[in-house]
Amino acid sequence: MAFLSYLINGISLGAVYAIIALGYTMVYGIAKMLNFAHGDVIMVGCYTVFSVVSMMHLPVWLGILLSIVVCTVLGVTIEAVAYRPLRQASSSLTVLITAIGVSYLLQNLALLIFGANTKAFTSVVPIKAVKIGDKLTITGETIVTVLACIIIMIVLTLFVNRTKAGRAMLAVSEDKGAAQLMGINVNRTISLTFAIGSALAAVAGVLLCSAYPSLTPYTGSMPGIKAFVAAVFGGIGSIPGAFIGGIILGIIENLSKAYISSQLADAIVFMVLIIVLMVKPTGILGKKIQEKV
Amino acid sequence: MAMLEVKNLHVKYGVIEAIKGIDFTVNKGEVIALIGANGAGKTTILHTVSGLITPSEGTITFEGKDITRTPGHKIVSMGMAHVPEGRRVFQSLSVLDNLKMGAFTRKDKREIADTLDMVYTRFPRLAERKNQPAGTLSGGEQQMLAMGRALMSHPSIILMDEPSMGLSPIFVNEIFDIIKEESKRGTTVLLVEQNARKALSIADRAYVLETGRIALSGDAKTLLNNDEVKKAYLGE
Repeated sequence: MAFLSYLINGISLGAVYAIIALGYTMVYGIAKMLNFAHGDVIMVGCYTVFSVVSMMHLPVWLGILLSIVVCTVLGVTIEAVAYRPLRQASSSLTVLITAIGVSYLLQNLALLIFGANTKAFTSVVPIKAVKIGDKLTITGETIVTVLACIIIMIVLTLFVNRTKAGRAMLAVSEDKGAAQLMGINVNRTISLTFAIGSALAAVAGVLLCSAYPSLTPYTGSMPGIKAFVAAVFGGIGSIPGAFIGGIILGIIENLSKAYISSQLADAIVFMVLIIVLMVKPTGILGKKIQEKV
Repeated sequence: MAMLEVKNLHVKYGVIEAIKGIDFTVNKGEVIALIGANGAGKTTILHTVSGLITPSEGTITFEGKDITRTPGHKIVSMGMAHVPEGRRVFQSLSVLDNLKMGAFTRKDKREIADTLDMVYTRFPRLAERKNQPAGTLSGGEQQMLAMGRALMSHPSIILMDEPSMGLSPIFVNEIFDIIKEESKRGTTVLLVEQNARKALSIADRAYVLETGRIALSGDAKTLLNNDEVKKAYLGE
């Protein structure tokens, strides 16, 4: 029974990683850049909910809605101001370093506004825990998180494959120049990707802080990096890959904490990444396209 | 009136001037060839016309409208299609999805379906392989796909960049036959080619480029017999 409970908690944590990883993987797939500020967008989302719900005492739904709006606008703004001007830059390293800069900028702005003290985040999930048998309890947060993750996955897959904007994303992810020759507005497509990724970051942030209710300016940083690992693990650029990578990572982390050592859990997670990359460098679902010239 | 008119075009990559002031016109229904050695600036000209690069000087007029600073994605719906160098088909997408991508700017589903039928009739091989990923096609088939994809936008002019590059002689002939047919159907063609003999044999007029400038221009048949052209580009 204990094992099952650890497993379920792992899946729940993994679902959060998966939602964050979707943002990483979509941005990488389309803009071919690693947005290291992605984790900090999560933190901004959490502070938005905290401000609206805990400080202003406004309804939870409004807090979540505002958090999604703030993160979406933030993500699109970061892309337009910091990344877009560098898109023609000779080295992709330039954008990467800029992303790290944006990450520190957001952390330090939060530090300035909210201070370094840990804020107690109140869970926004209204569902009560479900008891199965005597020992197994599934929290409301777990149920909502896993459901949210599955719904997001399905909607995103449908969006990418069935809508015009989604098709544009596929084209841009393969070849920006050719996509433009099809009449696709590349800049707008990239903006849309950042908007979706950042909105997902807001959702992930709310779920993460509801399950682990302590909020600091660095709250988003570690989950952000782990989600990046999850995205690479599943095959970066792949939507189902992000999902699978996230869930597996969450399970490995939680089981390591339970059975091996809670201090070593992170080290184990990163070690598994290294092993997977050595065996299958493109990740679990990473595509390797045969090219003919 | 000229369909496409380029005046005093200058293009810079950083400090290097790749195109140093060229003028040319393409009239409705013509096949125009731009020929010249590697690095003469042929591809740069096509990229500038279709809006992938912004020129530093000069004007480009397409069907009476100034498109010099119009972004590339808007030019497609004005009736210009561009078959890029090296095909650039979407490798992981199926042949059908590639063709659909070509009709991205069009809205009427019936019309798109009609154009798709037309493309399949013209390229039966694409119909046979419609569900296959484009990356698994041979070079010649990919060239056909790139041309079919361009036709899907229902263009009035097609820009073609090195369609014969890397193809076997049989495919080269086939591709040039297709271009000729397309022209007979009323499509205007601006063709960039290193295979000068082939290009001149199907073109109405041609411009010979040398390091960013037009060195010679005129009737394609006349150029084919021009001594300078023969020596420099036809290997005679």
